Amino acid sequence: MKILTGNDLKTGKVVWWDGSGWSLHVEDAVDAGEHADVILATETAACRVNGGYAVDAAAGADGRIRPAHIKDRIRAYGPTVRPDLTLKPADPEAGNWVI
Amino acid sequence: MYKYDQYDRAMVDARVEEFRDQTRRRIAGHLTDDQFKPLRLKNGLYLQLHAYMLRVAIPYGTLNSAQMHKLADISRRYDRGYGHFTTRQNIQYNWIKLEEAPDILAELATVEMHAIQTSGESVRNVSADQYAGAAADEIIDPRPWAEVIRQITTFMPEFSYLPRKFKIAVIASVEDRAALRWHDFAIRIVRNPNPENGAGEIGFECYAGGGMGRTPFIACKIRDFLPAGQIFSYLQAVLRVWNRHARRDNIHKQRMKILVHDLGEEEFRRQVEEEFQHFLTLGQDVPQAEYDRIAACFAPPPFETGLADEIDRSDPDFALWVDRQTVTHKAPGYAIVNISLKPIGGIPGDISAEQMDIVADLAAKYSFDEVRATHVQNLVLPHVRKQDLHAVWQALTGAGLADVNLDLVTDIIACPGLDYCSLANARSIPVAQKIAERFADIGKQQDIGELKVKISGCINACGHHHAAHIGILGVDRKGTENYQLLLGGSGAEDTSPARITGPGFDEAGVVDAVERAIERYRELREPGERFLDTYRRVGLDSFKEAIYG
Ligand code: SF4
Repeated sequence: MKILTGNDLKTGKVVWWDGSGWSLHVEDAVDAGEHADVILATETAACRVNGGYAVDAAAGADGRIRPAHIKDRIRAYGPTVRPDLTLKPADPEAGNWVI
Repeated sequence: MYKYDQYDRAMVDARVEEFRDQTRRRIAGHLTDDQFKPLRLKNGLYLQLHAYMLRVAIPYGTLNSAQMHKLADISRRYDRGYGHFTTRQNIQYNWIKLEEAPDILAELATVEMHAIQTSGESVRNVSADQYAGAAADEIIDPRPWAEVIRQITTFMPEFSYLPRKFKIAVIASVEDRAALRWHDFAIRIVRNPNPENGAGEIGFECYAGGGMGRTPFIACKIRDFLPAGQIFSYLQAVLRVWNRHARRDNIHKQRMKILVHDLGEEEFRRQVEEEFQHFLTLGQDVPQAEYDRIAACFAPPPFETGLADEIDRSDPDFALWVDRQTVTHKAPGYAIVNISLKPIGGIPGDISAEQMDIVADLAAKYSFDEVRATHVQNLVLPHVRKQDLHAVWQALTGAGLADVNLDLVTDIIACPGLDYCSLANARSIPVAQKIAERFADIGKQQDIGELKVKISGCINACGHHHAAHIGILGVDRKGTENYQLLLGGSGAEDTSPARITGPGFDEAGVVDAVERAIERYRELREPGERFLDTYRRVGLDSFKEAIYG
């Protein structure tokens, strides 16, 4: 599937297209399919996302969406060397999801 | 250190307001990202993996305690309580909000700091010897000339839209602590060796065309002696030749190193000299009075005389730290203190806000208010009385800043890599952490001796892997992290480029490979040889055999 990501313009936070807006959590991402380009163009023009792009992703056995490339998984999670600063500081398994 | 005059202050303040307006227009949607990006980059603001990243300039690595406290304060109020010192002696914040960036720049301006020309196609932060003004082996303090160069290359129209970034370094000693010949342009301050023509006069040995990245080149010497007062004419000549010929059509060929290589050293030098003669006739060089104004800011601090040189070494941990982390100072009774930002298992170059405050306090109390950032991602207190070393060590120990590893295997340079950087192929920091953990034992580190390990997360080489005794380069192999190993580089006065050993490794594999290379060195070394010496004597093949079997 193709999911959409980018950064919030004002805060720079990593965001994911959830079908109607932008979420901080990759779990909320939806398959943008053939609409990816249109959504990105519309959202970029409205300054609701900055530097948006589409990435390949798949749902794992647990149903969680996992971007195909490690770079996007690190974006989704946070720096692997500072788990305290990630979105899931209390989840010891989160790092394994990245790698 | 340099003090802003009314012009500096006015320029920096105006720049803050200009950027505030540009940011406001971007957030309001009046500027597109394509329009705004070059504007934010001119103010050191990148968009990285997790947020905006702000790179703050620390000219030639010199800070006072008020500036260090301000950096701590900014990290607490606008970031996540820490900063990262870089290989250009700058500091980066990783979690910046665009809407707050102008306020941060305004805060920086209150302590005479900014982020101008820390990115983009401009003359970047001028780097220098971190021991400047304190080193026993320097001819003069190189910082006044570094500051002159900073001023003449800031906002200069002809230098503002360069083909690519341009990095300058200045040193004033034979020992090179600033990776001189890895720069686009570099000067070593010397005395005129010509007995018939101004012998003893201060001037510059000039180098051009160095750089790391995709195509590493070591700068060649393009002038044996340039009278110091002619630097503006000469630098303009160098940049004009580059501007004239640079391959603006090909991003991989825009750096000046490519031009020097393509034209050839002789022809490049000839063209620079021709332009130089032209610029000399324009009479634009820095007046002596202006140099004197700047140099006065760097007058030596009032060192006490008659201080004892002895250090009470009865505490073995303290003695170990003194032997490794302090360096001879030019003034009797003083020492240069190196503060390691490389705790075992930590993140090279990272420092918390609390630690910054402690270092600032120590600088104010014990080091004439001065701190230095080094290109190796450590800090320096340049002027500490030997009688105060124990107190400084105790304070650093309490702050988790008293690691003993200067120039040893765990004193690793690592760029932010894929944990933070949007250009990265692979993570650098975890590799550095695993190597440091494997060689954590200080006895083992000391037995191995000087060994410079440097890690970059991509070909851009911010982690200086080309200049490493043992270098590691992260590459992307079909979506997974892979690491190439390089051996034999140096950023010191014996500059050399490192060579790739062979096929790459995964993360665990490259740590094992580093260990095998070190073991081979220990088997083969002769008395007094560093890793690099043994490598140069026996060659790559012997190490390859140890690494790949
Ligand atoms: S070397 Fe590459 S990965 Fe590392 S900081 Fe530079 S651009 Fe980023």
